[in-house]
Amino acid sequence: MNLVKKLVQLYAAWFKMGLFTFGGGYAMLPMIQNEVIEKHHWATEEEVMDYYAIGQCTPGVIAVNTATFIGYYQAGIIGAIVSTLGVITPSLIIISIIASVLTNFAEIEIVQHALKGINVGVCVLMTASILKMAKSNIKDTIGMVICLTAFVLAYFLKISTVWLVISAGVAGVVIQAFRAKGSVK
Amino acid sequence: MKLILTMIYEFFKAGLFAVGGGLATIPFLKEMSDKYGWFTQELLGTMIAVSESTPGPMGVNMATYVGYTTLHSYIGGIVTTLSLVAPSVIVICIVARMFEKFKQSKLVQNVFYGLRPAVVGFVVVACSGLFVSTLLDVPAKTIKVIPCVLYIVLYLVFTKVKIKEKKISPIPVIIISAILGILLKL
Repeated sequence: MNLVKKLVQLYAAWFKMGLFTFGGGYAMLPMIQNEVIEKHHWATEEEVMDYYAIGQCTPGVIAVNTATFIGYYQAGIIGAIVSTLGVITPSLIIISIIASVLTNFAEIEIVQHALKGINVGVCVLMTASILKMAKSNIKDTIGMVICLTAFVLAYFLKISTVWLVISAGVAGVVIQAFRAKGSVK
Repeated sequence: MKLILTMIYEFFKAGLFAVGGGLATIPFLKEMSDKYGWFTQELLGTMIAVSESTPGPMGVNMATYVGYTTLHSYIGGIVTTLSLVAPSVIVICIVARMFEKFKQSKLVQNVFYGLRPAVVGFVVVACSGLFVSTLLDVPAKTIKVIPCVLYIVLYLVFTKVKIKEKKISPIPVIIISAILGILLKL
């Protein structure tokens, strides 16, 4: 019974996140912070970052990877499947309707206005989410340096994030090794 | 029947090899268009536009769209989408299991010590395009005044206002900004 309740919760939460995410992937962060972290306490800010990092180097859509991760830790493989089904259901319904009757959907004037408004809303949510995420994941000067380096390399030099994830992981190990050495008196 | 099996195979493949999220599936769709002619390049453009303007992860939206238009039925959309996400579910379940085991190890902790701040950087990169196109007028080298004002006002409301001691959830922000977009003809 508890499992059924948990699965219903997972499905409903991920359905909601799928329905109100525009752009996918990282744009889901505000919804994840709200539903997964604050409401259900299924993961911490740090854990969500870990899943994002892994999701970045594993195949597939990031939103689906994150849903699978959180579902798996809550209720095993069945939890992973139910969460994934939850996050894809709104897409299945909405896209099927649009593909059947509204092929010119993206060109409708009112839709374009609404979307431009939504983009502003997403910018607002992302600003708040990024600040919150930075606060809980950047804990020292080294963290700040890693974050800025990753940004510069990905944004200006367009280096693939897969390589950057690997390099940042290696950097973490090396820095901590130096730290451990330094602390030996 | 053969068509369905080919589609399952192609979408499973895209799900397995497209690393880095929804946008990474586009080259795979292009290839399907060239190889099988399930849809034209022009329709691919429409599909990308629709996927960006509807809720849900982009990769999932596009898979549903291709499945639906190629097989002319809801089943098509369901089949292609499930094929696309199946590799993720399998791979992540395996990774999640391993991660649980090694999470406490010093080495893994150190790896994530370096990774977490980097991911913050990636998220900023991932949404920088949206920020630029929404708030700035790049060719004119100015800001877009109305969206910028709206951005500041909504941000202050979202972060400062509390209803019954609780923070506002993202959902009303999305709905209100859509309505304002229509009213202000953004």
